[in-house]
Amino acid sequence: MYAYDHYDQAMVDARVAEFRDQCERRLAGKLTEDQFKPLRLMNGLYLQLHAYMLRVAIPYGTLNAPQMRALADIAEKYDRGYGHFTTRQNIQYNWIKLEDAPDILADLAKVEMHAIQTSGNCIRNISSDHFAGAAADEVADPRPYAELLRQWSSFHPEFSYLPRKFKICVIASESDRAAMRLHDIGIRIVERDGALGAQFYVGGGMGRTPMIAPLIRDFVPLDQLVTYSEACLRVYNRYGRRDNKYKARIKILVHELGAEEYTRQVEEEFAHLLDQGVEPPLAELERIKGYFADPAFDAADVEPDRSDPDFAVWLDHNTHAHKIPGYVSAIVSLKPVGGIPGDATAEQMRVLAELAQEYSFDELRVMHTQNVVLPHVAKADLQAVWQRLNEAGMGTPNADLMGDIIACPGLDYCSLANARSIPIAQRISERFAANGKEAALGELKLKISGCINACGHHHTGHIGILGVDRKGTENYQLLLGGSEAEDTSLAKITGPGFDEHGIVDAVETAADVYLREREHGERFLDTYRRIGMAPFKEALYG
Amino acid sequence: MILVTGNDLKTGAVTWWTGHGWSTAIEDAVDVGQAGDAIIAAEEAARRVNVPYLIEAEHGPDGAPRPAHIKERMRALGPTVRPDLTLKPNDVDAIRNVV
Amino acid sequence: MAEATPLRLRDDEPCMEPAVTLDAFAEQTNAVAVRIEPGGDARELLPHLERLARVDIAFPAFTDGRGYSAARILREAGFAGELRAVGDVLVDQLAYMRRCGFDAFAPDAPIDRADAEAAFARFPQVYQSAADARTPIWALRHGRAE
Repeated sequence: MYAYDHYDQAMVDARVAEFRDQCERRLAGKLTEDQFKPLRLMNGLYLQLHAYMLRVAIPYGTLNAPQMRALADIAEKYDRGYGHFTTRQNIQYNWIKLEDAPDILADLAKVEMHAIQTSGNCIRNISSDHFAGAAADEVADPRPYAELLRQWSSFHPEFSYLPRKFKICVIASESDRAAMRLHDIGIRIVERDGALGAQFYVGGGMGRTPMIAPLIRDFVPLDQLVTYSEACLRVYNRYGRRDNKYKARIKILVHELGAEEYTRQVEEEFAHLLDQGVEPPLAELERIKGYFADPAFDAADVEPDRSDPDFAVWLDHNTHAHKIPGYVSAIVSLKPVGGIPGDATAEQMRVLAELAQEYSFDELRVMHTQNVVLPHVAKADLQAVWQRLNEAGMGTPNADLMGDIIACPGLDYCSLANARSIPIAQRISERFAANGKEAALGELKLKISGCINACGHHHTGHIGILGVDRKGTENYQLLLGGSEAEDTSLAKITGPGFDEHGIVDAVETAADVYLREREHGERFLDTYRRIGMAPFKEALYG
Repeated sequence: MILVTGNDLKTGAVTWWTGHGWSTAIEDAVDVGQAGDAIIAAEEAARRVNVPYLIEAEHGPDGAPRPAHIKERMRALGPTVRPDLTLKPNDVDAIRNVV
Repeated sequence: MAEATPLRLRDDEPCMEPAVTLDAFAEQTNAVAVRIEPGGDARELLPHLERLARVDIAFPAFTDGRGYSAARILREAGFAGELRAVGDVLVDQLAYMRRCGFDAFAPDAPIDRADAEAAFARFPQVYQSAADARTPIWALRHGRAE
């Protein structure tokens, strides 16, 4: 994985010193809250319901064992012993003091981590496929491109006061495991006639106006990636709406102009910028690629012993094919039955660090589904890994099943939320563990947001739940038919909402309709697409 | 009743105006009546509390102020999903009073 | 309101002419200073750069970043006159402004010269090529001198 050179280290260190100075000026009254807020946000520091919250970037979801240990140490030293993994490959701490924030950033910098631009109206952490470098179906490892863009976007002088936040995702396979088309810019590395280049999808997003990004350029040569990105951003910075916060994302600009006109403006800016020398040489991309070379894969391709039925179930659900036959990628569930989706204790983080070191070439990945991946586990080691995960409460065999729920922090933590998300997730996972239907249901992606901002991705759930405030009480709308994968679609609302108990029943009702109506091999989503909303509505409200 | 609340500037902790200072316990909060805006102006200048604001509350069953909105009741206690991290980890009814 | 002396990074004599609006500039062929509001298109000035001594770019609120693009566009087109950031210009944004080509600052609230110098010196290097003369890190890595 990537390692900082002295330039990268100096930049991150300078950022820590800058933020320390800004915090001191805020506490001394030299900065108003209005002046300070964008600065602290660009260092990942929010003010939430109960305290400050710090969001730390895990660029393209990759981290090593010392970094995971540092995250555990921060959880214990400055927070309350745990952290929360988010849907954009970040980790959040919920109980941070402003006074401590610069020290935390300094601790992060020691292990080549940071919280730079994890919030604010700027280019955010670049996300990627959690199986990058391990998946059998990618044309290249997407992470070097993400790292190139990470450096380009860090402290970008022109694009740090954009109309709104800006999220970029880079993948390199037809399968989309990173919700690529629901990003402001989604980049897919593709191969055409033996050459690699990038597809640019621009103007996707969730929030209150969900949009699937249209393709605006089918092939950007690798030595023009930065220039093309710069053109996309400049058109947005100049013409994105600033009169209404809720219409300020690039998806609205692309929608209002039309993809064709937006593309025309980008191409014009791109043609101009090609002469401006903004593109790093390919040698820089090659330098970065050097850090992502394969580790020394040498394990024999032995089939794991499936005699323990619990282990066999975990193998079936929580492992993913690796490009090298002797290995798999193992999905670590942070979704125990009745647990808080995405939360991990400091102890659990240390277990993950140990397992990475012993069994996965010192690498870990964070998934947008709020789980963790050990990307390169030899098949022969899987049983040992599974046992250790089980002992630490991270061996639940539920990847992509009903219990693998994405949920935002909701009203329990978030100052924007209208309703709680976590308790709904807990009740649903308990219900389906108790009624035994989870296995029968198979792949079913349930996603819960506590407000219209959609941090819990409810628009792209096979089943989505949106918490709203109805006259001061929590109410939950049910949505069906969304997908964040390569068959991207947006879910539709079934009808009137439910209270916190009713929504759990409603999810079971929808699941029962699927179990009754499904044809051979169909997932919940496939059945919904075939039979439509009507049978579900009939069962829910009829 | 009207309460003044905010988050402590240095620590971020939820805090309530007691009539002569700030407390993390909502039981200490007082009805500020019409004086809220003046308190906010003075306290913002003093930089102890980040963006203080006014909320509505009533007298709860235990005599302590009970905010009208669930979000403020949540702030007054802590996350309902982690009773151990709330201000009343041993009070089994505390969470029921929030929701 | 009396204007404070702007913070300038140029050695030439400042152009003291009042700036006309972008709309007025189209009519006034003798104007040498113009002011661009956030919604204004800096490219309208490109045919006239030769006769312009100063362009003021307005920041009514520091959070509105359109002026950064306007500045870079003018510098990319070769504008060599004074590029002045005017309005809600704060010390924490100065370094980015300079990178985008600003070389004069007229903030609503005065900025101490030493604070400004500290802001410019904060980051030892830069990651991108922009409108200033700094060599990006990627170029330093591959042999270009600072």
